[in-house]
Amino acid sequence: MRILIRGGRIIDPRSGMDRTGDLAVSDGHVAHCGDVPDTFAADEIFEAAGHIVCPGLIDLGARLGRPGPEHPDTIAGEAHAAAAGGITTLVCPPDTDPLIDAPPVAELIHRRAAEAGGARVLPVGALTRGLAGEQLAEMATLRAAGCPAVGDGGHPVADTLVLRRALAYAATFGLPAMITPLDPYLGTAGCAHEGAVATRLGLPGIPTAAETAGIARCLALAAEGEADVHFSHLSTAEALTLLRQARADGARVSADVTLAQLFFTEQDLTGYDARFNLRPPLRTLADREALRRAVATGDIGVICSGHHPLGGDAKDGPFATTSPGASGVDTFLPLLLRLVETEVLPLPEAIARATSGPASVLGLDTGTLAPGAPADICVFDPDAVWWCRRETLRSRGRNSPFLGWEMTGRVRYTLVDGRLVHRDDAATA
Amino acid sequence: MSAQIDDEGRLRHFLTTEGVPRALLEDILDTAESFTGVIGKSVKKVPLLRGRTVINLFFESSTRTRTTFELAAKRLSADVLNVNVATTTTKGESLLDMLHNLEAMQADMFVVRHSESGTADYIADHLGEGVAVLNAGDGRHAHPTQAMLDAFTIRRHKGAFEPLRVAIVGDILHSRVARSQIHALNGLGTGEVRVIAPRTLLPRDIGELGVHVHHDLDEGLRDVDVVIMLRLQRERMQGALLPSEEEYFEHYGLTEARLAAAKPDAIVMHPGPINRGVEIDSDVADGPRSVILEQVTNGIAVRMAVMSMVIGARTESQREEA
Repeated sequence: MRILIRGGRIIDPRSGMDRTGDLAVSDGHVAHCGDVPDTFAADEIFEAAGHIVCPGLIDLGARLGRPGPEHPDTIAGEAHAAAAGGITTLVCPPDTDPLIDAPPVAELIHRRAAEAGGARVLPVGALTRGLAGEQLAEMATLRAAGCPAVGDGGHPVADTLVLRRALAYAATFGLPAMITPLDPYLGTAGCAHEGAVATRLGLPGIPTAAETAGIARCLALAAEGEADVHFSHLSTAEALTLLRQARADGARVSADVTLAQLFFTEQDLTGYDARFNLRPPLRTLADREALRRAVATGDIGVICSGHHPLGGDAKDGPFATTSPGASGVDTFLPLLLRLVETEVLPLPEAIARATSGPASVLGLDTGTLAPGAPADICVFDPDAVWWCRRETLRSRGRNSPFLGWEMTGRVRYTLVDGRLVHRDDAATA
Repeated sequence: MSAQIDDEGRLRHFLTTEGVPRALLEDILDTAESFTGVIGKSVKKVPLLRGRTVINLFFESSTRTRTTFELAAKRLSADVLNVNVATTTTKGESLLDMLHNLEAMQADMFVVRHSESGTADYIADHLGEGVAVLNAGDGRHAHPTQAMLDAFTIRRHKGAFEPLRVAIVGDILHSRVARSQIHALNGLGTGEVRVIAPRTLLPRDIGELGVHVHHDLDEGLRDVDVVIMLRLQRERMQGALLPSEEEYFEHYGLTEARLAAAKPDAIVMHPGPINRGVEIDSDVADGPRSVILEQVTNGIAVRMAVMSMVIGARTESQREEA
């Protein structure tokens, strides 16, 4: 299958390309990018004038819930919702049900995603068996089963000695360790940023120190070995200071932030709106501004959706009894564009945070439009407007703190491995 | 915040003392004052809530608070139903189902106590227009009628709030009473509100609520007009918040000797139930400066005031619409 995407504005952050041109796909790979020779005989042509052509988005933190045999549609539904959002790779943390701590579950996820024919799904293997923080998971075997990284899946390893060995073992096999930046004791009891708002609302807090203590402990261990550590979902300005210092000292450490952290603060909890019950918790305005600056400078190289679909009644009840989390794949691209619109960072940089940035964390060959790369491509109309409402979300979870927002940016074509997995001809040119 | 105050500035629900305009706070106190005469009479009833149904919905047990709400409602001639749900499940779904069922019984008012902060707001947000919600305590968040009865007691003894120094002593961290008192006292123009506690029992950034923070009891009690002691739950020793009751009493327990730092005519208050020998010495609790039992009595008048105002606001707004 040979596809020609014609006349779009091609943005490929990895190669620095930002120009109007054509893109040719052949045998599942990018054949030509920018200029396509007249001799290229396309089976299908997509007109992309007025649209932006970029690498398919990679969502470095997308929870999928229950991929087990009794819930066959879970992965398919989310993989299609993701594809409709321009996402070509969902990176799924290991705290699924069942857990990704053994090859059969990783293989099941790969198989289900392949059958579904939406975005590809990359399972992150568990760092410890059962995510219990006691014994090492079979990381090398998990790698062979298609896990590009290992992680704690939101359950910080309490025993520092176990964490030390887990990081060393992961490094042995070249596996990046995706770590939840949270002290295992300070971070467990609360449901809101510990500060004036939580004090007013009478909600138990998660202090800033829960994040900094968690990071400092992990950095101390990483400094001893050769571990590649990635901190998932930073939320505080203080964490950024630690991160910069560690990098200056030569640590190989990366980090991401979820979109909610770049748009909301603790003030949004006033009124106990459970849609803002998120982890990490929404923090202060100063934190949000520091995170915005960090994504602009590249200190934070990855923005992710924080996708965590929840069932119907998960947000019903008094705030602290509701489940934390929100769906994110539907709004991923429009919110990246909103960051551009509000001048947080320029468009190619925003795209980099969701393509080349996450690809480099996991060592993936995707996230670029360079000839030879897998043809994971997103073509979107940057001006199309839609409303974020329960009925316009495709994800199974219909909870989003962005409900009621006007979104700008709509995906027209999504290709995975050169195969069209989403097409929306209704999007206006 | 939930709209506990309607467009005309009247009280639709009573969920928190935070953000309530001073005039409305004073209106509550004045209305309560007018009801103290009713309580003193031999026939202790007025017909303001005749034909109305008040449901006491207590997800946490509390004999005293529930009883005074019940008495207040009965003295206003309302029909009262007590639903003790302390033992039933409190999951979101069943909570909403239960509320809608009770609402279907034509209830006019819910008096709600729950262990989770924000429950009263949640209930007010999810019920129809016809039902008023009174917060009888939600988690660590608020206990507005307690705060108003405390303010009422202070005003009866001290008059104006402006010249007063009020100290709140003890477990501020877990206390909905303290939070509501702080907002009410500040809203009424109190000269200075202090909190006194070890750092483990103070919530983060409590100063932003408009209080002076003290860790030393003698220093914090100096020249205060009112001392409000908070109950210390015994389980606080388990969470490494405090080492022992003895050490707590040694440093934060109110004795006659410690009280000497306060003004000679200072009054001593406590929302109850008291832990004798833990946060307060019996000599002080039963002493001449203690107004603890008066607080209980005043609770009835204040709750009558809030109930009548909330129903009154609804009746008026219905009349306006008609």
